[in-house]
Amino acid sequence: MQLKKILDNYPKRKDYLLEILLDLDQEKENHFISEEEIQRIGSYLSVKDAHICSVMSFYTLLSTEPRGKYIIQICKDVPCYLNDDFNVLETVKDFLGVDLGETTKDGLFTIEFTACIACCDESPAMRINGETYTNLTKGKVITIIEGIQEVEQ
Amino acid sequence: MVNVIINGRDVAVEENTSILEAAQKLNINVPTLCHYPDLHINSECRICVVEIEGYRGLKTSCSTPVREGMNIKTNSPKVLNARKTITELILSNHDAKCTSCVRNMSCELQSLANNLGIDENRFENVLHKVEIDDHNPSLVRNANRCIKCGRCVDICKSVQSMHVLDSMGRGHDMEIRPAFGKYLSDEFCTFCGQCANVCPVGAIVEKDNTDVVWQKLHDPNVHVMVQIAPAVRVSIGEEIGLSTGLISNGKLVSAMKHLGFNNVYDTNFTADLTILEEGTELISRIKNGGVLPLMTSCCPGWINLAEQEYPEVLPNISSCKSPQQMFGTLAKTYFANKTGRDPKDIYVVSVMPCTAKKYEAARDEMSADGKHPDVDIVLTTRELGKMFRQMGIDFDHIQDVEFDNPFGITTGAAALFGATGGVTEAALRTVYEVVNNEPLDNLDFHDVRGLEGIKEADVNLGGTMVKVAVSHSLSNARTLIEEVIAGKSPYAFIEIMACPGGCIGGGGQPYGTTNDVRLERIASTYTIDGAMVYRKSHENPAIKALYKEYLKEPNSKRAHQLLHTEYFSRN
Amino acid sequence: MIQRKELTQRFGIIDPLSITDYLKNQGYQMLHQVLEMKPEDIIEEITLSKITGRGGANFPTGKKMKGFASETGQKYVICNADEGEPGNFKDRYLMENDPHQVIEGMLISAYATGATKGFIYIRGEYQKSIRIMKHTIEEAKKLNFLGTDIFGTDFCFDIEIRRGAGAYVCGEEFALIESIEGKPGRTRVKPPYPSEVGVFGRPTLINNVETFCNLPFILKIGGAEYNKIGSSFATGTKLISLSGSVKNKGLYEVPFGTTIRKVIEKLGNGVKDNKTLKMVQLGGACGVIIPPRLLDMDIDNEAFEIFDTKMGAGAIIVIDDSKDLFDIILRNMEFFQHESCGKCTPCREGHIQIVNLIKKFVNYEATIKDYQSLESLAKVIHETTLCGLGQASPTSILSTMEYFKADYTNRIKESYERGNISG
Repeated sequence: MQLKKILDNYPKRKDYLLEILLDLDQEKENHFISEEEIQRIGSYLSVKDAHICSVMSFYTLLSTEPRGKYIIQICKDVPCYLNDDFNVLETVKDFLGVDLGETTKDGLFTIEFTACIACCDESPAMRINGETYTNLTKGKVITIIEGIQEVEQ
Repeated sequence: MVNVIINGRDVAVEENTSILEAAQKLNINVPTLCHYPDLHINSECRICVVEIEGYRGLKTSCSTPVREGMNIKTNSPKVLNARKTITELILSNHDAKCTSCVRNMSCELQSLANNLGIDENRFENVLHKVEIDDHNPSLVRNANRCIKCGRCVDICKSVQSMHVLDSMGRGHDMEIRPAFGKYLSDEFCTFCGQCANVCPVGAIVEKDNTDVVWQKLHDPNVHVMVQIAPAVRVSIGEEIGLSTGLISNGKLVSAMKHLGFNNVYDTNFTADLTILEEGTELISRIKNGGVLPLMTSCCPGWINLAEQEYPEVLPNISSCKSPQQMFGTLAKTYFANKTGRDPKDIYVVSVMPCTAKKYEAARDEMSADGKHPDVDIVLTTRELGKMFRQMGIDFDHIQDVEFDNPFGITTGAAALFGATGGVTEAALRTVYEVVNNEPLDNLDFHDVRGLEGIKEADVNLGGTMVKVAVSHSLSNARTLIEEVIAGKSPYAFIEIMACPGGCIGGGGQPYGTTNDVRLERIASTYTIDGAMVYRKSHENPAIKALYKEYLKEPNSKRAHQLLHTEYFSRN
Repeated sequence: MIQRKELTQRFGIIDPLSITDYLKNQGYQMLHQVLEMKPEDIIEEITLSKITGRGGANFPTGKKMKGFASETGQKYVICNADEGEPGNFKDRYLMENDPHQVIEGMLISAYATGATKGFIYIRGEYQKSIRIMKHTIEEAKKLNFLGTDIFGTDFCFDIEIRRGAGAYVCGEEFALIESIEGKPGRTRVKPPYPSEVGVFGRPTLINNVETFCNLPFILKIGGAEYNKIGSSFATGTKLISLSGSVKNKGLYEVPFGTTIRKVIEKLGNGVKDNKTLKMVQLGGACGVIIPPRLLDMDIDNEAFEIFDTKMGAGAIIVIDDSKDLFDIILRNMEFFQHESCGKCTPCREGHIQIVNLIKKFVNYEATIKDYQSLESLAKVIHETTLCGLGQASPTSILSTMEYFKADYTNRIKESYERGNISG
């Protein structure tokens, strides 16, 4: 029903595909778009499944595979790297016990890379579901994740 | 006119001419790879780069229009190095087992690499192997050979409006494949094979059935007969290296006999039969207020489209089997009876310009006894060429031989089936004379000839002007189909062919099928028609005899039982 | 004063979510003034200012507008807010600190060129910017700065936000247009250019956020006066995103002509942690890497044009000598490998090979032949790719081969010495 509500917000125009997909991704707890949803969007906009799959697979913020409720995206570009003395990625991986691209068993977290999120002046930085966290230290990274774990318990 | 200098030579060309075309005017050959006449220019492969004085970087000649005074070099060391490097890059992500590839010696990448003199690849092979999709009777998709030129996507999307294939992922991980990582058979693919026809390498090819045919040919217990489709005789020449549009009748039959077929028959015979059955169906629908427009049923690509996406129009489609399938049924019933053979000992091969025919032959209902397929196996024109090469047939020097009888006596009308508009023209020749009970003055219906996407004609049937329409390529088909569904179709009869140009442009035809080539094959088709003794299907004496002896009359009970079929919604 | 705050003058002074604040601080004054001018006079002022595009390609804005203004029928203005080049954050700051300035710049462009519909394409990662710009558009609509018959004139202009979904290449104008049309962001063949056939097949004017933000300023002081700011290479001010191994990272606005050294030493307060400066990357991952001896160059010096790229969108990334050159290049090249759209061969197949070759340098396994392959491949990618991504991506390699050749030769030598290479 999430999807129906979203579709109702948009005219039946092919150019709204990306907007619809982004809305749906945000609405869905496990941040993925299923085959059935793709087919429904396709028939709403009169576009073929292959087109939607092509779009889905092109943009990194979208996924056809279930992901965690929280997506931790870590920047690995040079400006962050130059200030990342403790290695954000390793810290998150060690703390959650999963690898890059994997989801924790409780379905809460997925670790991903992100392209530069333009926080180079407050690097190192990471992004969790749209919120940006900057000037990270090892302690700060763990506190942020623990904070989310507490909220979810 | 625009004046440019290419490799030091002056040339004046029309405005908006591409550098590639301008160079061709000087007989300067700039190599290309993704470029294909009649398709969009995407300039993806970057092979055709040239150097232009005063321009930053190298420019692709396919997409860059000439500008006054341009000084272009198509062969500078920088250009040659870039081409070589790009080709090495393509090869670094390609399953280059050339000698065990169906496209060996007909592969555009292979000849490019050869022409550029690549004898070593500086880059390590980074191919990530994936599963081959051979889960349907028509096509095999081997993504390990794909070079992402985009031709198949373009033809599937723009020309055929099917959009089964697209680019998935991005960067180095980008692959061309159907949605959700599925097989072609899971998607609404019509198996038209246009993708295979334009593929420069062996990434999409027809499913090869030559081995099984060789086996049958050498099995003394099997009576192997072959039928040859109308469009094959104007294209097989190209396939074996002879001229475009060459008409091969007698030599083709002769070569088939060399291969060892017991009988060599003509699908044109059942094309004539189709006209009698379908024409009668049309007349009766008009007379009795049946569902109109009547839509032709010869093309399996179109039938697949209708069953998958437009079940609403299934009642419009003629119940006639396609000529291929009518032949198969007659072979396993009439012929078997007449020659006292057990149908299971008869093996029917057809040579078609088409990949969807392989799918059609494998349909469950296409079996007279419910156990054995009427048409056992289908070869494309390309596969037949392969068999000729395997056999070492010297096509140029073999004797002309006539088709075997009774399925070898045919008319000019039947020959037209190969070209878009041909079925309509053949049908009109018969329907006009039957309805109006007077001879047709001019047999040539020029309105339905040529490569216009949708063609119309008016014909006087019993004092009423009746409109007919013809479309080729599936994007044009959709226009007519959607009119029918909307109840706005002004036509009584619609011919639909899935492939551009009709069967002469089929997915199983020789590589390099462009509109120019299609026009030559079409011209040859009309030449064949003009030279025939009989040019109307209802005048075919063998057809008359068949009705007299076996079928009684068009649309008789037996005709219905054997020559007609039904369609199923697969939506 | 090293800084000259024109585009950033309201930063921190106004509440970005308040149109009232903007109006109190000279906001939309230029729009009022412009609505009484003839469109061609506006373009003339902009042409006179000699401003060039701030997204990195440096195309003269006035010339682009003039061509676009001559097109007829439905026309679109697009604000390119797909800032994704690592090391750049100026567009985010502009949208999050003074969003109405962006709208005002777009309005001026639209009025001057006869466009009636605008899009702001914001990368999906910028969720805060998206929220703020959506709010800003609503505010502007309420007060008839956007909509129909703006201030009693017959000028109509509306703006819609479109979000990116994670693809750096969508900063390229045709990739962006494809993305707005709901497709993968793969560029188109040029010509035709967007100003002729752009979004939905119609003429389209695309400018960077900072370019639009400059327009109210240009009209305020006049094109001739604007022209006096800057250097012999470029006019106006430039937003500099300063990052890396520097004490005071941040966004600074300086007139063109300011040297890189001044930005790093005076504004950035020098290299952090008492380390030594090893090199500076200009523009972002696709920019030139220069040695300390070139720091007295202007930020937009034509000397850097030998690599067909200047300072890009204005990033300065300071790199200290504790970092390995090849680690930096590897990160840059992995970025481009990941962001390549896959459409053209040299970019799609080239970057993975570049990454593999650079890894050999990182791992002390590089040979002279690897160096030659790398150089040849970098040049071919630069010269033959379809869009700007691949044309610019090898810059960090080509520039370091020029300025840091010793690093390459030493690494090859050490690779042999460590016994990592047989033969």
